[in-house]
Amino acid sequence: MKSICLYFQIHQPFRLRNYRFFDIGHKHDYFDDYANRFFMQQVAEKSYLPANKLLLDMIKKHGKKFRVSFSISGSALEQFELYTPEVLKSFQELAQTGCVEFLAETYSHSLASLKSPEEFARQVKKHSSRIEQLFGQKPKAFRNTELVYSDDIGKLVYDMGYQTMITEGAKHVLGWKSPNFLYCSASNPRLKLLMRNFQMSDDLAFRFSEKRWSEWPLTADKYLGWINAMKDNEEVVNIFLNYETFGEYQWAETGIFAFLKAFAGKLIAEAKHQFKTVSEVSKSLQPVSGLHVPYPISWADEERDLTAWLGNELQKEAFDKLYLIEEKLKTSSDSQLEHEWEKLQTSDHFNFMSTKWFSDGMVFRTINPFNSPYDAFINYMNVISDFTIRVEKASEGKEVEMPTPAKKTRAVSKTASTKEKLTKTPANTKVTATKSKAKTK
Amino acid sequence: MKALMFGWEFPPHISGGLGTACYGLTKALMKHDVEIIFVVPKAYGDEETESIRLVDASDVVIDIKDEKFREMISKLSYLEIDSTLIPYADDEEYFRITEQLSKGVKAEQLSIKTQKYSFQGGYGKNLMEEVKRYALVGAEVARQHQFDIIHSHDWLTYMAGAEAKRISGKPLVVHMHATEFDRSGESVNQLVYDIERAGMEAADIVVAVSHLTRNVVINRYGIAPEKVITVHNGVEPASTNQFVDAEKKVDEKIVTFLGRITFQKGPEYFIEAAHKVLKRDPNVRFVMAGSGDLLPKMIRRVASLGIATKFHFTGFLKGDDVDKMFGMSDVYVMPSVSEPFGISPLEAMRSNVPVIISKQSGVAEVLKYAIKIDFWDIDAMADAIYGLLHYNSLPEMFKQYGKEEVESIKWDQAGKKVKDIYENLLS
Repeated sequence: MKSICLYFQIHQPFRLRNYRFFDIGHKHDYFDDYANRFFMQQVAEKSYLPANKLLLDMIKKHGKKFRVSFSISGSALEQFELYTPEVLKSFQELAQTGCVEFLAETYSHSLASLKSPEEFARQVKKHSSRIEQLFGQKPKAFRNTELVYSDDIGKLVYDMGYQTMITEGAKHVLGWKSPNFLYCSASNPRLKLLMRNFQMSDDLAFRFSEKRWSEWPLTADKYLGWINAMKDNEEVVNIFLNYETFGEYQWAETGIFAFLKAFAGKLIAEAKHQFKTVSEVSKSLQPVSGLHVPYPISWADEERDLTAWLGNELQKEAFDKLYLIEEKLKTSSDSQLEHEWEKLQTSDHFNFMSTKWFSDGMVFRTINPFNSPYDAFINYMNVISDFTIRVEKASEGKEVEMPTPAKKTRAVSKTASTKEKLTKTPANTKVTATKSKAKTK
Repeated sequence: MKALMFGWEFPPHISGGLGTACYGLTKALMKHDVEIIFVVPKAYGDEETESIRLVDASDVVIDIKDEKFREMISKLSYLEIDSTLIPYADDEEYFRITEQLSKGVKAEQLSIKTQKYSFQGGYGKNLMEEVKRYALVGAEVARQHQFDIIHSHDWLTYMAGAEAKRISGKPLVVHMHATEFDRSGESVNQLVYDIERAGMEAADIVVAVSHLTRNVVINRYGIAPEKVITVHNGVEPASTNQFVDAEKKVDEKIVTFLGRITFQKGPEYFIEAAHKVLKRDPNVRFVMAGSGDLLPKMIRRVASLGIATKFHFTGFLKGDDVDKMFGMSDVYVMPSVSEPFGISPLEAMRSNVPVIISKQSGVAEVLKYAIKIDFWDIDAMADAIYGLLHYNSLPEMFKQYGKEEVESIKWDQAGKKVKDIYENLLS
């Protein structure tokens, strides 16, 4: 008997508007509300709503036997609330069935894990408490943005109290090993790892409607047949997909919804295998081996590395400038600025600057509002230039009021309006101390 | 395989894009074992006919002492047609002569009144006469030589090509380097348009230098899409001493426009964008190099915007001065309203200058390491200039990969594609 782990990722970025250099210094509205509303409403109608309805029907029909896992980024959640509250409601209905697990991730789908452990921890906490508020369950398993994982990130995640993490079954990490087992981090064996079976996953995400594909048309029987043909000792099949696979990457007309319904129905009827959520897989199986991942992996492109976001000089400069202001931002303890900074960290902004002209066939992409990576870069840098000025002004104000600046101690950055409280930061992180607490009261 | 080619100019006497393109393509075709008879009109001993060259000669200089060039010339059947050999003929006489030629009468045997004419430049009446006279040459050459295919470059030679086809029955390829719309905007010369259209209709295949030009050919001349094929131009490899690292005498960054100051090149958009950048960043200088009919208007515009201390006009630049200008530039902008291909951004990139080009240029179809904007979108143009001047990784990336990219755009590929076209026509 194998465990079948269906995991769906839901994320939409706050896209930037066309922000020109002559706006720097006097206009501070960075986001394209119109486009964001439009894309969210479109994807909700094509994908999220019909897919959620299908899942709910299946759970009603099959009871506890049908189980799925989700992670929903904070920026997607915010946009549900702004533009499509009915989507949020339908996820809440799914949560109430008890058959759905919600995973933790960074609040704004950021790459903070690669740059700022402090910001990474802050975002994960914020996301986790938001999930708990909305869906009544505290996330127990973790997924990082774009399934980015390395030994170092694993350690950060474990230190935050998570014992399960999912990532890509990258060939250069697994080698001869199969992704169809539970693994653990070699440097930190208590952290269990579920490895994405990219073959089985991409058959749905990319190839399902591809008529030139030798396996087209893919039927539920055929797909189930492949699972049945796997070696008996293999324990788990991790099918990790962007949720937009249903209805947007693969249009409803391709039969993707009917496929999912038939596949789940037959698998449950055969009773040879069973659906499990991420945490259930982690709990029920024993890790077969430890994995060393010294360099970060992801689920994108052929290379399964970071080059879709941080591959060229433009992306690196933008990424550096973004985190250069972190310290001053924390000094300012301005919750409005912090929230905007969060949105600027979303990984999509960097993906739009990618110059991987020939290998982007495999990357999961949201709709790119820019004509070229250069437009995306210049636009982002204009925004960062303005944002930096604002942060500097805000932090200057704070420093003026402070008689003893720049004392190195733990950051205590807290404002009256932010819901989550930051009390713990890695002790080795140097942060300028502030008296923000006193100030904001 | 042997091709009969009609051009209007050929190195060393060339005036710009067309001659360079003919040279590059001919060389590449010969490398792919195509023999070529290249026909160009040449009126020697007659100053007036010299002015047939519409643009200032010497824009582009090719070293005729160059070994490769000599070797090529030695293999090439290069026919210079004495303009006075077959003199001006009016329509009626023209028809009579071509009729006789098609019946096998040799040109020398024809009794034609020799008549001196004066050439007025531009698209005057006499240019049309020259074009017709050249068509006669086409018919004569076709009668005297053996070849498999005919290839005509730009409208001036289309009638010659069509005549050669009529006489020989061989397939005709016409090559669109620029359309009348590129040259004149919407105020097209009807005569030229008619010749272009008739030439393309007579042709078996129309080669366009970009998809942009291909679309114009299809949409504005009504040519059947299936016979219009895009073959992008290549670039001549740079000669070794071309790169000039000119010392800059000012501290500010320099943003350059270099080209004819005419409607087609969009100079006014460059000025408006400069104004926007200068409002925010006074640490920049703008240079407009070139001359043309819009120059006085542009100078007035710069003065009225009050940016004349930061915006400079150099007049027409040639030779080394062009290289020096590139050497001093931090950004090159080509805001052309309509540019069938456009070679100058490639020259800038070869000199390590990042470029901004309009989407209305054919070269935009082949370049990746360039910022592309709509010529009318001065906000986007200003933003791109500002971005290249302030966000370092972008110009660095362009410098690092741009040169390499330019060098990969080779005539060899264009030659191969044209040869494939020939072979398809002959099979």
